[in-house]
Amino acid sequence: MKILMLGWELPPHNSGGLGVACYHLCKALAKRDIDIEFILPYHAPFEEDFMTVTAAHPQGAKVVLANASAYDSYKYVFDDGHEEWIDIVGQQAIYEHAVAKMVDSREFDVIHAHDWLTFRAGVRAKMKRNVPLILHVHSVERDRAGGADGNPVVREIEETSFLMADRIVAVSQLTKDAIIRDYGIPADKIEVVHNSIDHDAFLALDGNNAYRYLTEMKAQGYRVITNVGRLTVQKGLTNFIKAAQQVVMREPKTIFLIVGSGEQYFELIELAADLGIAKNVIFTGFQRGKNWRDSFAIADLFCMPSVSEPFGIAPLESIGFGTPTLISKQSGVKEVLTNSLKVDFWDINEMANQITAVVQNDALRDELQANAHRELERMSWDTTADKLHGIYRQHTEGVPA
Amino acid sequence: MSKAIVLYLHVHQPYRVRHYTIFDAGTDHEYFTAPYDDRTSNERIVHKVAEKSYIPTNKRLLELLKDHPEFKLSLSITGTVLEQLEKWAPEALKSFQELTATGRVEIVAETYHHSLAFFYSREEFETQVRMHREKVEELFGQTPTVFRNTELAYNNDLAYWADQAGYKGVLAEGWDKVLGWRSPNFVYRPTHTENIKLLMKNYKLSDDIAFRFGDQSWEGWPLTADKFAHWLNETPDATNFNLFMDYETFGEHQWHETGIFDFLKHLPDQWLKKEGNSFMTVSEACDSIEPKDEVDTPYTVTWADTERDLSAWLGNSMQSSAITALYELQGPILASGDWQLIEDWRRLQTSDHFYYMCTKYFNDGDIHAYFSPYENPYDAFIAFMNAYHDVVFRLSTKGARV
Repeated sequence: MKILMLGWELPPHNSGGLGVACYHLCKALAKRDIDIEFILPYHAPFEEDFMTVTAAHPQGAKVVLANASAYDSYKYVFDDGHEEWIDIVGQQAIYEHAVAKMVDSREFDVIHAHDWLTFRAGVRAKMKRNVPLILHVHSVERDRAGGADGNPVVREIEETSFLMADRIVAVSQLTKDAIIRDYGIPADKIEVVHNSIDHDAFLALDGNNAYRYLTEMKAQGYRVITNVGRLTVQKGLTNFIKAAQQVVMREPKTIFLIVGSGEQYFELIELAADLGIAKNVIFTGFQRGKNWRDSFAIADLFCMPSVSEPFGIAPLESIGFGTPTLISKQSGVKEVLTNSLKVDFWDINEMANQITAVVQNDALRDELQANAHRELERMSWDTTADKLHGIYRQHTEGVPA
Repeated sequence: MSKAIVLYLHVHQPYRVRHYTIFDAGTDHEYFTAPYDDRTSNERIVHKVAEKSYIPTNKRLLELLKDHPEFKLSLSITGTVLEQLEKWAPEALKSFQELTATGRVEIVAETYHHSLAFFYSREEFETQVRMHREKVEELFGQTPTVFRNTELAYNNDLAYWADQAGYKGVLAEGWDKVLGWRSPNFVYRPTHTENIKLLMKNYKLSDDIAFRFGDQSWEGWPLTADKFAHWLNETPDATNFNLFMDYETFGEHQWHETGIFDFLKHLPDQWLKKEGNSFMTVSEACDSIEPKDEVDTPYTVTWADTERDLSAWLGNSMQSSAITALYELQGPILASGDWQLIEDWRRLQTSDHFYYMCTKYFNDGDIHAYFSPYENPYDAFIAFMNAYHDVVFRLSTKGARV
């Protein structure tokens, strides 16, 4: 079976979870006699051979260079030598036209497109070649806008594409509900297929934890609560810092570690200082590699207080690195993770209550982690790939859903 | 009526904290050592400022002192800059020593670490004042008799302290809200004091030189020595013109091209042309001029910004959190007996660290940004707090309860 996979990012050149999810999904699918050609909007080296990765770029463009973040402007270098920086909406239009050209010379059985940036390209490809279109929804516009309506242009692209699709895959029931609610799509057109976790990522690293200061403080009886992720409104960190203040009032020997960068960076630093807990909140900026892993490993509890999290892979990573979790009830991952503390993102008192409980009880921490880890061991991208494979077959073999 | 110019220049360099991360905390304790090319490299900055400002300016000041036996000035030089000159620019230090060797350059007392300790710990403040006095005695062979607090931060309490400590005089900003209808061009007595005198900066005349000198859109431009002397002579009722400014005015804030050195060179001639005019050091002004009135300063004034308060250092919660956290460590730090640790803690008290965290003009990209080696106040705060965390780490590994 041949799949035309339309995606916006792949590791290592990705800005968030979307690229990672696409990568593991494709890797697991490729074990099942499925040929994948993955079309990216930019040139990036891809060294593995389980699928073909191709760059879609407009006629006359020699090379397309992505910035550090996949959601910035890209630089297009044209054959005649001139260069242009093109914004995100412009890029998705260019991508659509480039993909529309590419599909003329290719054979494939299913088009599988990931998130709004590739949806119009998917619809065009379906219209030209009359091949089933599956839209994979990792987030909708309301998620990315932190609960607000968001960009109407993006919502329009999402809505028309949802209507045109043969099938929609949502990464969680939460996301499926959002598609029904925000776009009026019938429930039976939408399939929930949860993301999973790559166990190879948890191989032990050598050496001491990179946070020597925190290691020393823990030996002094301090406890460490961490958050790893982008510092954006969607992630609910304002409430997290407010909860932190309540925790520190009761348990002064608590340190909050905030790992990541984003547009709320300055604001959160000031908030922590305003609330009088500057000493207890450490901002590390963006980290990768060992520092990133050790940010989970050093902690007694990982918190994901997101306002809206269609799935949210970070808590699974945390459990893999040995640290139990507190997650918001507004996250998709809560549907697959039983052994986690769970709070509403807006319930600051309850968040503080639960964090304090972990700070005060190592037994609670250890029990949560042991049970969560057993859950984690049962998760696999193979399960995700099996479900997707089933959906492909329904649309290629004429078996009704 | 005789009139004196009281010229006082402030010389200071902090130990800037390098880009110091939480991963450095507990690993290396070299907060004040950056790669040479880094914006926070103290060694590079001292090399640059010695070459661009201290050495050429001192050369000109020395010439002036030789050419004009009546020319005098006062300097405040912090312990942190003196140390750095000893290490990295001994030639510049020597040029300061040559100035004081004339007997007409007086050093003003202050805290060794250019700190705001007066407002947080009187014990620590007095230690730093003593450290500075000993350093000045060692390097310049004189004992300061007039006191200036960091950033000219001044209030009645400070005047009382300086009076009790035996100083002849204390320096302050001649801010209108404190002076009221009065002029800064006299010597005053702080309320609730017995002997001490108060010299208040004439900020208008001082800023004409320090800030406006090279500004071609300023109505006073170009400012020549005879024009300036004329302004002073035309001021009817005055005994002393307190011109207080950063030393770096000469050659750094006002570049050589503005003609600032020519101004300085000709000022003594133009000023001394008129009989009765003189130059005085700060202690001479205190000795020879009687106080005109009492000045009451119940709240703190400084020489910074339009607010003339401590808000540039302590105005936001990052600044107040950072400084409070630092002073909370005083007990265990001093009890540790670890002199390197104590010294690092003191270096973190330097007011510049808190100035770099100032957000009130961050968006204007003004003077605060110009003086900061950090990209923004948040980076300054994070580097400082990580250094603070390392100090806590060091205390902890010594068995202190933290």
